[in-house]
Amino acid sequence: MELASSILTINQPLLAEIEVGKQFLWHLGPFTVHGQTMLTTWVVMALLVGLAFLGTQKLQRIPSTFQNFLEYSYDLLAGIARGQIGEKDYRAYVPLVGTIFLFVLFSNWLGQLPLKLLHLPESELASPTNDINTTVALALIALVAYLFAGIRKSGGGYFTHHLSSPILSFVWVLDLITRPLSLSLRLFGNILAEELVIGVLVLLAPLLVPAPLMVLFLLTGAIQALVFSSLTAFYIGEAVEEHGDEHH
Amino acid sequence: MEGQSTVYAASVIAAALAVGLAAIGPGIGQGNAASKAAEGIARQPEAEGKIRGTLLLSLAFMESLTIYGLLIAIVLLFANPFRG
Repeated sequence: MELASSILTINQPLLAEIEVGKQFLWHLGPFTVHGQTMLTTWVVMALLVGLAFLGTQKLQRIPSTFQNFLEYSYDLLAGIARGQIGEKDYRAYVPLVGTIFLFVLFSNWLGQLPLKLLHLPESELASPTNDINTTVALALIALVAYLFAGIRKSGGGYFTHHLSSPILSFVWVLDLITRPLSLSLRLFGNILAEELVIGVLVLLAPLLVPAPLMVLFLLTGAIQALVFSSLTAFYIGEAVEEHGDEHH
Repeated sequence: MEGQSTVYAASVIAAALAVGLAAIGPGIGQGNAASKAAEGIARQPEAEGKIRGTLLLSLAFMESLTIYGLLIAIVLLFANPFRG
């Protein structure tokens, strides 16, 4: 890290600094966690719970503005699940898919706020999804979710179906590794790269230039949330699809 | 130490190559996908919503391949495991 910071801060007063890899460590008993990620995760959780709480205060048959907006968002989330899983079984998985979408969306957008104003002793506040631990956790949840969905739908038949032929079983076992890997790395790489680009731009041209790029990264953050949740729904849909009606 | 500057130099070249080469394939792929999507919309404008949704999802898939290259570059520059 000394190499990069010395190259980037040469010849100018220290207006900004980028640091990757330094963590604000918390030691909780036997565990060591990244404090900055925990803090921002809690902020996202508080935002989501707070919004849901506020929106469901006085539920009306004919919804008011905020409740209407929340119902519209619910329709969007259910649409993602229905599109990938199918009309029959999608309802059980709307909470999971919806939560993943909302958490990733709010996390990605949180990083675009001016969090640099809040000082931490080490490291700095940013999107919780710029930490590989968060994205790997979400990817493992998606993995367990689609395995669970398959087992719930077909019991032991899920495994016998997928382990029937050697090639199919090889692909299925490989998918157990590559699916969480690609899910987590895609999200982590996108968000970390976004923040590094903003960081470098702030270093080089801090006045107004990063702004259009930050708007772009709001869009790409939303797209990454959509992709993560759609992929999770797709894996679940693949696990619960009925193989009987493939021959119409 | 002599060895260290070689490591740094090699890391910088490797990082640049990683990002550059990783952008070629997905660039071609995304261009193809977008062109077919535009064709599809032109042929059947009512299906624009579905086509756009499929296009975005596919673009994100291909983007992730470039991101893998970017990841290696970032690791080499900022968290180099071979640094002394």
